Amino acid sequence: MNDFRNQDPALLRGMTQRRLGRRDAFRLAGLSAAGLALAACGVQGKRVAKPSSSAQAQSAVQQYWSGKVKNGHVDFANWPLYMDPKQPELKQFTDQTGITVTYKEVIQENAGWFAKIQPLLAAGQSIDYDLMVVTNGIQFTQLVELGYLVPLDHGKLPNFAANAGARYKNESYDPGNVYSIPWASGMTGIAYNPKYVDTPPTSYSALWDPKYKGKVGMMADSQEIGNFGMFLLGIDPEKSTPADWEKAAAKLKEQRDAGIVRKYYDQGYVDPLGKGDIWLCQAWSGDIFQKNISEGTDLQFVIPDEGATIWTDNMMIPKTAANPVDAITLMDFFYDPKVAGGLAEYINYVTPVPAAQAVIKSDADAASGDDKKTLTEIADSPLVFPSDADYAKLRSYRNFKNTDEQKQYENIFQAITTA
Amino acid sequence: MRTLRARLTPYALIFPGGLWLAIFFVVPTVVMLSLSLQSGNVVDGFAFTFNWHSYVDGVTTYHDQIVRSLLYGLAATVIQIVIGFPVAYWIAFKGANRKSVYLFLVLLPFLVSFVLRTISWQYLLSDNGILLGPLRDAGLLPQDFRILATPAAVIGGLSYNFLPFMILPMYVALERIDPRLLEAAQDLYASRVQTFLRVVLPLSLPGVFAGVLMTFVPASSDYVNASVLGGTNTTMIGNVIQNQYLINQDYPIAAAMSFTLMAVLLVGIFAYARALGTEDVLEVAAR
Repeated sequence: MNDFRNQDPALLRGMTQRRLGRRDAFRLAGLSAAGLALAACGVQGKRVAKPSSSAQAQSAVQQYWSGKVKNGHVDFANWPLYMDPKQPELKQFTDQTGITVTYKEVIQENAGWFAKIQPLLAAGQSIDYDLMVVTNGIQFTQLVELGYLVPLDHGKLPNFAANAGARYKNESYDPGNVYSIPWASGMTGIAYNPKYVDTPPTSYSALWDPKYKGKVGMMADSQEIGNFGMFLLGIDPEKSTPADWEKAAAKLKEQRDAGIVRKYYDQGYVDPLGKGDIWLCQAWSGDIFQKNISEGTDLQFVIPDEGATIWTDNMMIPKTAANPVDAITLMDFFYDPKVAGGLAEYINYVTPVPAAQAVIKSDADAASGDDKKTLTEIADSPLVFPSDADYAKLRSYRNFKNTDEQKQYENIFQAITTA
Repeated sequence: MRTLRARLTPYALIFPGGLWLAIFFVVPTVVMLSLSLQSGNVVDGFAFTFNWHSYVDGVTTYHDQIVRSLLYGLAATVIQIVIGFPVAYWIAFKGANRKSVYLFLVLLPFLVSFVLRTISWQYLLSDNGILLGPLRDAGLLPQDFRILATPAAVIGGLSYNFLPFMILPMYVALERIDPRLLEAAQDLYASRVQTFLRVVLPLSLPGVFAGVLMTFVPASSDYVNASVLGGTNTTMIGNVIQNQYLINQDYPIAAAMSFTLMAVLLVGIFAYARALGTEDVLEVAAR
């Protein structure tokens, strides 16, 4: 580098003092070019009009599916811990249909997954998957509104028609299963480690109990945490108003400022619960069961008296899928009661196929010892086969009318979790 | 012909690097700047509306997180200087012919993924883990004592993860000091302390400056440590940006916060360069 100190001082002055010259003119030109470039970088969104009649919807289905043929392969994107790692169901599927399946556990979070695939789908490019699983909620609604999902041809879903439980055929977030059919449902309730918690919590107020100071884990997800605040106050989240959200947020703020909450978790609450870093927390039903099975822990899960959230993870086909026929064949395959039963035995989430209960019971009769006990427990578990009385206590996430309302909701609860 | 080639050579040399910068730095920066001035939502699309409000809203909502990030970054940097300087000094002056071995040891943690290293702290510092469990059982710590999910854990993680970036430039500066200068100082009856303060320290400052740049900037914009080791009220601005971008898909506010952070850091760096004297900075650049 040159030594500036030996330069002519006059030159330095000339370089450092402001004088409108050619250089500035260039700069100005550059700035306005940058301005043009800035204005050109809008991000495209394309809201798609909802089909106004069933005939219109039917023609959309025909238009998409005409000429589509079986290709012998399907790429399946799912969440971790959502299938036996040995994948017995997929092997059986390949044996039966000759269609091979590449199964990847690439979805960790609805929002993160949406952020990953949205630019590709907006550009009409392949996301490399023909089948994916997304929870009902904000991102699912956005996928539908943006027209990123294939309308399902129910002529290709005979098992679904025959075996799906009535409530899974008419979900409020996708009436008539136009774009999706359920993979599994689960509840958000309270999990606790009995090593540290003597009295099983029966109410949400346990999470506000000062004796658990610094040992309570909450979720960072604004819908999950918001619902807990509302359940505590006896508010039905599905019918809640912005005023209710503020009340719930005030309760959650109280809980945080009293030092009761240790941390707001995304996914990783199960390990700290097992290690005793947290003693009780918000949790998803199947996670706790799988942790107990795989690591021999004795964690407990309860649905509080006030009720709990039920959510559904749904199978759907992105509009740029290369193998839609193979994908829809696989979707329907999971509605065979035998397959659904086998899957529920492993993942321990609510199966949308009620007939799977009989399958698990007969498996239990055929088994012996510990296996028999576990299988009987699963067949009788309200977390896999909730009774009507259980369902009556369960509530869904709030559906938002528009993005402004959603943003208002997120801002209220994220002020708690990202402070 | 020959002179033409000679004239073109410098441009040919800068071409790959320049192209890289243009595509992967200039273009994304312009796109982000544009995003920060847009309004809309992910479903209806975003349009350029010269919407300054993202900056105003972002700073009013998240000024706590910005200040906290700078404080955490500063604390981590100070800790790294305190830990790193003696290490760099020792390797430079006492390392003899094993210097490269010691430097390799400093870099060794870098062979393990950044996220994995941070997560392993979770196990190490867990409330009932190998460190805190026995100490509490021995009655040396109060029952509700914890390290994880506190600001100390986040600052500790930041200090640990960026430490090699502090040690290496300081080592380079110290290693260049001619040992005869130290002998000369002693010949002139300087005490050891005086030698250090008036010879070693001033000559090492460019290395410290480079080290501070390379650790303070990434530490204050980090989000991994706060999300893995932090608890409530330890959110850094990096977490806010990640959340706004990937969870809320509110791209304008995420981009606006990124530029705000960049501006704050640049102002800080220039103020720091001024205070330390620009000559030293130029000296670093000249090396």
